[in-house]
Amino acid sequence: MIELENVSKIYKLGQSEVHALDGINLQIQAGEMVAVMGPSGSGKSTLMAILGCLDTPSEGVYRLEGEPVEKLNDNQLAQVRSRKVGFVFQQFNLLPRTNALENVMLPLLYDGIHGKARAERAKTALETVGLANRMHHHPNQLSGGEQQRVAIARALVNDPTILLADEPTGNLDSKTGDEIIGLFQKLHQERGQTVVYVTHDSFIARHTQRIIRLVDGKIISDEPVVHPHPAGTPRPEEAEEAKLNGGHTKPVRHWHMRSKEKHA
Amino acid sequence: MNIMENIRISFRALAANKLRSGLTMLGIIIGVAAVVALMAIGRGATRSVTSSVQGLGSNLISVSSARNLGQTGAESTPLYYSDYQAILKETSNVNGISPSYQTSAQVVYGNNQSQFTITGVRPEFASVQAYTVAQGRFITDGDNTAESRVVVIGSQAATDLFSGLNPLGHDISINGINFNVVGVLESKGSTGFFSTDEVILIPLETGYSRLFGGRALDNGKRLLSSISLSAVDPNMVDSVISQVEYILRKDHGLTLRDTLPFTVTSQNQFISTLNTITGTLTAFLGAIAGISLFVGGIGIMNIMLVSVRERTREIGLRKAVGARRSAILMQFLVETIILSLFGGIIGILLGAGIAGIVTLTGLITTYVSMDVILYSFFFAALVGLFFGIYPAYQAASLRPIEALRYE
Repeated sequence: MIELENVSKIYKLGQSEVHALDGINLQIQAGEMVAVMGPSGSGKSTLMAILGCLDTPSEGVYRLEGEPVEKLNDNQLAQVRSRKVGFVFQQFNLLPRTNALENVMLPLLYDGIHGKARAERAKTALETVGLANRMHHHPNQLSGGEQQRVAIARALVNDPTILLADEPTGNLDSKTGDEIIGLFQKLHQERGQTVVYVTHDSFIARHTQRIIRLVDGKIISDEPVVHPHPAGTPRPEEAEEAKLNGGHTKPVRHWHMRSKEKHA
Repeated sequence: MNIMENIRISFRALAANKLRSGLTMLGIIIGVAAVVALMAIGRGATRSVTSSVQGLGSNLISVSSARNLGQTGAESTPLYYSDYQAILKETSNVNGISPSYQTSAQVVYGNNQSQFTITGVRPEFASVQAYTVAQGRFITDGDNTAESRVVVIGSQAATDLFSGLNPLGHDISINGINFNVVGVLESKGSTGFFSTDEVILIPLETGYSRLFGGRALDNGKRLLSSISLSAVDPNMVDSVISQVEYILRKDHGLTLRDTLPFTVTSQNQFISTLNTITGTLTAFLGAIAGISLFVGGIGIMNIMLVSVRERTREIGLRKAVGARRSAILMQFLVETIILSLFGGIIGILLGAGIAGIVTLTGLITTYVSMDVILYSFFFAALVGLFFGIYPAYQAASLRPIEALRYE
C-alpha cells in the first residue's frame, strides 16, 4: 500500500522556490490500477520519482507498505527500488550495445541473483511481454513498442509489488500505446500488481480504475473510473470510422510520433 | 554483483569506444615504457661501470697525494718514494705493492705520433693492477736495476702506434729517447671511460734517471704519483687502509688530529661512489619517466570524467533498477584499473623492447630487472586506482532522478 501524507517537493531555482508537489495526500491500495493525469509541469513526474524512491520528499511522509521511506539510507533505498518497485520510463532507457535479455537481467544483477537463475527469470519476463523471439536483439534492432516491452519486462523481472509507468506511451504511436496499456492491464489482472500510470491521453487513462488529476503540484480531482475500457477497445474516432465503413475497422494510420514533452 | 560481472561490464564499455580507450591507455603505455627503458639503461650503466672498475684489479687500494684531487689552497704534501719503502716494509696482508710515477710525453713510432701518459712501474704493477702480458715479457727487477730503456705497451697503444704491426723488438721514441718494446699487454676489454689499454709502462728507475727529470724530485727526494696495493682478500682491505694511513702519518710526522694529506681509497669505495652517482642518475631518469606516467594518469582521469558525464543516464538507470553506490563506484573504478593495467603490461613490453634495441645498438648493455617490471606494474595499477577514484566517486554520487533526466 502506498500512503502519502502532506507530501511536498520544493526545488530551489536561484532565489525563488518551486513547489513541484504541494501538500499531496494520497492513498493507493495494493492491487489498484491508477492513472495520473495533468498538464506539463503539474508535478506528475516528481510524484512518480517519489513513489519510486528515486527521490525523497522535502516535507511530509511517504509510507510504502507501512514503512516510512525518508528514514531509509541510500543503500536501503536502492534495495527498495530493486525489490519493490518496477519503473517504466517514457524514454525506455535501455542500455545500448546490450541485448534485450541482458537489459532485462540488469535489476537481478544488482540484487545478487546468480547467472543461470538470472537468465531464466529474464526469459520468463520477456515471454510475459510477448518478446520471446527477440531476446538477443539489441535495442537499435527493435521498434519503439518492442523497446518499451523490453523495458516493461525489466520492470517486471524482480516481481515488484508496484509498477510505476511514467508516460510509457508518450513516445509511441497511439496503436502501439494502446497495446502497451493493454499489457499493463493484463499484468495487473494476472499478477495483482499495483500499477500507477502517468499519461496525457484520457482514452488510455480510462483503461485504469481510478484517475488522479494534478495541477500545479496539487490534486484537483481523484475519481474512480466507472467502466474501465478493456484491452483492445477501439479509440472513439476509429469507432466512428468503423461505423461509416459498415462495422469494419480500417488498418490504423496513426504512425505520427507524439512530440516529446519536458517534465517539470 | 561480483567482480567478474564488473570486469565483463567494464570490458564492454571500453570496447564500445576502442579508439578512445586506446588513446587513453597510450599515456600509461608511454609512461611505463619510459620508466622500464630508462631504468634498464641506468641499471645497465651501473653494471658496466662496476665491472670495469672490478677489472682494474682485485682488492685494490690506491694511495695518492691529496693534491691530485684538485684541492687548492691547502699545503700539498707530496708522496715520496720513501713512503713506498716504509709501506713495503711495514704492511702485512698485502699481495703486492706497486709504486708508480706518471708523466705525459710525446710518443713517436715512424709517422705515428701522439701524446701518451707514461707510467714508471716496478714488476708488481702487473699483478696489482691485473694486467697480463699478451706478447713478450713484463718489466723486471733487472730492468729497474739496469735502468734499461725498455717499454711495455697496452693493446690500444700498440694499435695506435703500430697500426697492426708486431711491436715487439721495435724502438719507440718517448720525448726523443728511444725505448725498446719488450712486451704487449692483454686487452682488459671494454672498460668504459678508463683508458686501461692505452698505457705505456717503463721501469720506474729508468724514468727517474732518464725521462721524468726535475719534476719527479722534491729537494732531491723522489716523488710518486701513486702507490697501489692489493690486499690478500676483500676482508683485509679496510685493515690494510688503516695500516697505510698509520704509516703515512708516522712518516710525515702527523698526529691523528691532522687531516691526512693523502687519499687512501679502496676499489670498493670507488665502486660505491660510482654506484651512488649512477644510482642518482637512474633515479633521476626514473623520476622523469614517472612524471610522464603521472601525466598519463591525469589523461585517464580526464577521459573517465567525460565518460561519467556521457553515461549519466545509464548511471541513473542502473541506480533506478537497484544499483547501490558501491556497485557504480566499482564499475568505473574497475574500468580505470583495466585501462591502466593493460597500459602497464603493454608499456612493460614496449619498454623492454626499447631496452633490447638499445643493447643491440651496442651503446650500452641494458638490464631489465624484475623488480623494475613489478614496480612499474603496481605503480600503473596504483595510478589507475588513484586517478579512477574521483570519477568513480562522481558517478556513484549522482542522484538517480537527476541522472535520469540528464540530457
